[in-house]
Amino acid sequence: MRIYVTSVFVDDQSTALEFYTKVLGFIVKNDVPLGENRWLTVVSSEEPAGTELLLEPSGHPAVKPYKDALVEDGIPAASFQVDDLSSEYERLRALEVKFTVEPMDAGTVRMAVFDDTCGNLIQLIEMKDK
Amino acid sequence: MNDEQLDQIFKALADPTRRRIIDRLRKQPNQSLFQICALSVAEGEKAVSRQAITQHLDMLEKAGLVHVSWSGRTKIHALDLKPLRKAADIWLHRHLQEGKDR
Repeated sequence: MRIYVTSVFVDDQSTALEFYTKVLGFIVKNDVPLGENRWLTVVSSEEPAGTELLLEPSGHPAVKPYKDALVEDGIPAASFQVDDLSSEYERLRALEVKFTVEPMDAGTVRMAVFDDTCGNLIQLIEMKDK
Repeated sequence: MNDEQLDQIFKALADPTRRRIIDRLRKQPNQSLFQICALSVAEGEKAVSRQAITQHLDMLEKAGLVHVSWSGRTKIHALDLKPLRKAADIWLHRHLQEGKDR
């Protein structure tokens, strides 16, 4: 068994596509029309055959309360790994990404949290022990 | 300040996790629930669930020691030391002053 896809619920798939590709730098793997929505997945350019991230529509009535409750408590909906948190933080800040947690030590990792403009908080992790 | 308020304040202080939340919020105010939990992990504390921290924060808020505000759509917590000072003045300090030769 393998994990081939995981998902974040995004408020708007077009906005999400812009942000996740142009700002975060992921590349589109699948973009298939599906009724009113799309089966829209991205992968890391560092790992094109790796796990896909599905940018999933937020239409289901359970999604908004779920997302709102996570944001209310500051809890990230997904977590991505970077090699150098400080340089990634500077790069994203220059692109006007809003951070809710500045880079900080958290035990065996360094982490930061930003707003993905699609209703989610996203965590960035750098493993200290590389 | 009435007895009920004093009860709430001293009860709020009567727990090591809540005292550590107070320590942490004084050093670094305006923390979300997630940040408070992350900081406790960073400081190598025994893991406490987010649900438990939520309950501790509720007790601190009811006692007036934690003030909640919003940063965008995220709830942030800050310490309010005024009720603590008042409780200390009307009870702790009174005894320490009046009974200082004992």
